[in-house]
Amino acid sequence: MDKFTTHTGVAVPLPRSNVDTDQIIPAVYLKRVTRTGFEDALFAAWRSDPDFVLNKDQYRNGSILVAGPDFGTGSSREHAVWALKDYGFKVVIASRFADIFRGNSGKQGLLTAEVAQGDVELLWKVLEEEPGRTLTVSLEDRTVSCGDVTVPFEIDDYTRWRLMEGLDDIGLTLKDEAAITAFESTREAWRPTTLPAKHLPPVEIESARPSR
Amino acid sequence: MGTTLAEKLWQNHVVKKGEDGAPDLLYIDLHMIHEVTSPQAFEGLRLASRTVRRPDLTIATEDHNTPTLDIDKPIADLTSRTQIDTLRANAQEFGIRLHSLGDADQGVVHVVGPQLGLTQPGMTVVCGDSHTSTHGAFGALAFGIGTSEVEHVLATQTLPLKPFKTMAVTVNGTLPEGTTAKDIILAVIAKIGTGGGQGYVLEYRGEAITTLSMEARMTVCNMSIEAGARAGLIAPDETTFAYVEGRPHAPSGKDWDEALAYWRTLVTDDDAVFDAEVVLEASDLEPFATWGTNPGQGLPLSASVPDPAGMVDENERLAAEKALAYMGLTPGTRLKDISVDTVFLGSCTNGRIEDLRAAAAVLKGRTKAEGVRMLVVPGSARVRLQAEAEGLDKVFTEFGAEWRNAGCSMCLGMNPDQLAPEERSASTSNRNFEGRQGKGGRTHLVSPLVAAATAVRGTLSSPADLDKD
Ligand code: SF4
Repeated sequence: MDKFTTHTGVAVPLPRSNVDTDQIIPAVYLKRVTRTGFEDALFAAWRSDPDFVLNKDQYRNGSILVAGPDFGTGSSREHAVWALKDYGFKVVIASRFADIFRGNSGKQGLLTAEVAQGDVELLWKVLEEEPGRTLTVSLEDRTVSCGDVTVPFEIDDYTRWRLMEGLDDIGLTLKDEAAITAFESTREAWRPTTLPAKHLPPVEIESARPSR
Repeated sequence: MGTTLAEKLWQNHVVKKGEDGAPDLLYIDLHMIHEVTSPQAFEGLRLASRTVRRPDLTIATEDHNTPTLDIDKPIADLTSRTQIDTLRANAQEFGIRLHSLGDADQGVVHVVGPQLGLTQPGMTVVCGDSHTSTHGAFGALAFGIGTSEVEHVLATQTLPLKPFKTMAVTVNGTLPEGTTAKDIILAVIAKIGTGGGQGYVLEYRGEAITTLSMEARMTVCNMSIEAGARAGLIAPDETTFAYVEGRPHAPSGKDWDEALAYWRTLVTDDDAVFDAEVVLEASDLEPFATWGTNPGQGLPLSASVPDPAGMVDENERLAAEKALAYMGLTPGTRLKDISVDTVFLGSCTNGRIEDLRAAAAVLKGRTKAEGVRMLVVPGSARVRLQAEAEGLDKVFTEFGAEWRNAGCSMCLGMNPDQLAPEERSASTSNRNFEGRQGKGGRTHLVSPLVAAATAVRGTLSSPADLDKD
């Protein structure tokens, strides 16, 4: 995960509330075996509408989403975060996020910035006046600024620290690698290992056939 | 104050204690993998240029998506084939042992681990599958995990976790004739509800549990998740040790003695206190069947479909109304008058050799009810070979059942083994959710004995009903 201190990018207004994970990425895209390449799946249903915000030229390179309250409700699918990231989003701004979505985002390095609803509306207004404007999000100062407008956002200290250090869960655990190695050295010798493989003699398995 | 078995297992695996509300870092002794929940985890490793820390504590099998017919031909369904091919490529790339379709050690992941002797008392066992609780039957702390956690274990062989709560589930006395481990667990779930175990490790105790065989214990622990629990657990004893001894990966010689000495310490102390306790009397139990769309909606076979109108709890009533509409049942119908189209004998709950033996003993010399289809799907290729060595396959095919290759099959209907809309099954699997066995399919969860008797009579029945015919 890359370290996150500040980010400046094109902001995309999405003035809808309760954008759920089925809208972020519909279930048909869950059968894939990859973890990347979900950019086409993001908001798939809405994107067929030529007027949808992401279909407008000014927003094609958007990297900050400014959404309505209760963003990311619904299922626990991690694919929702993957789709946003794959499209190029680095930050989602909203006044409230679903818990699991926020948790998943933190694990994947997507910043969820909680901005008061009044300030979100202020940002929408600025963006409406000049579509395609960039915002600057400073995780260091916990602020979002756009020209001379600066509003604060909230994020819990632990997630902020992890994002600033660029640590995902695995990266964090790997900091304790010495402890893991030390634990491994105390494991009893008789504990089973899968390798080298031991098994009963191999036997030919005959296939069952459809009965007529 | 003493400690419970679950707490001992936890303490024995803490790599680093969490401070200030942070989770503990827990070491994982065995990580099992299958084709459905692993692809993105491997992809994540690749994206971060990480490797698998301990391929020698990892094992993979193909089970959820595999066909049970024509396994020597390419898999027809493209999504399934891609998932299987992806698992094969990942196992190759990261040096992980894989038992593929057609291999004698292929099968449902929760049947394969114990069978190879890889599941042993005192371990932590995880898999990206909720029925990992099965392995708790050996006195191991075993639980299902999500895809991110699969990746975490692959990379670090550990998981950051907050301790679970503990619940004692005591089943006193001896089981009446014709009643099995499946009936115990269905009764437990009906008693505590599908959310009753949330956040807990259930430790099953009492005479009715300690007298069970290892395979029956696995059936009980398997369905702990259906009560919402994180894991199920049974203290290891002589039955456990006898089952493990001599298996391919069991310790031997001096190692065996050392292991055994440790395993004998794996009991809940007399003065330990559980966070919750539940008690059942085995003598009250009867063969069970579910009537609804969650495993908690079950009743003794002698009962009738309940009337939601009589339910006091609003949520329970709504759930029951919805379930009956989906199941196409009317209140007051005797469970024994419900006729089925399909009988499924298999899954990681009841697809082991003892399950097949018990069902075959009921079917032997009898004929299948008109219009009923019966599918027998061994839990693993070894179970299939064993059954064939004992001639059980002949009993099943002469009865008119279909004898299939090993896999999850109709337990989740991801492969072609599915119910058609409105088709009704008596199934030895573990979930009767809407659409679980096929879109619109209706599932009644039962024991292998009830499944067999139902195949004979065509309506939900126990073996005792056959004697009356
Ligand atoms: S048999 Fe059923 S419950 Fe068991 S692992 Fe397979 S799908 Fe899951």
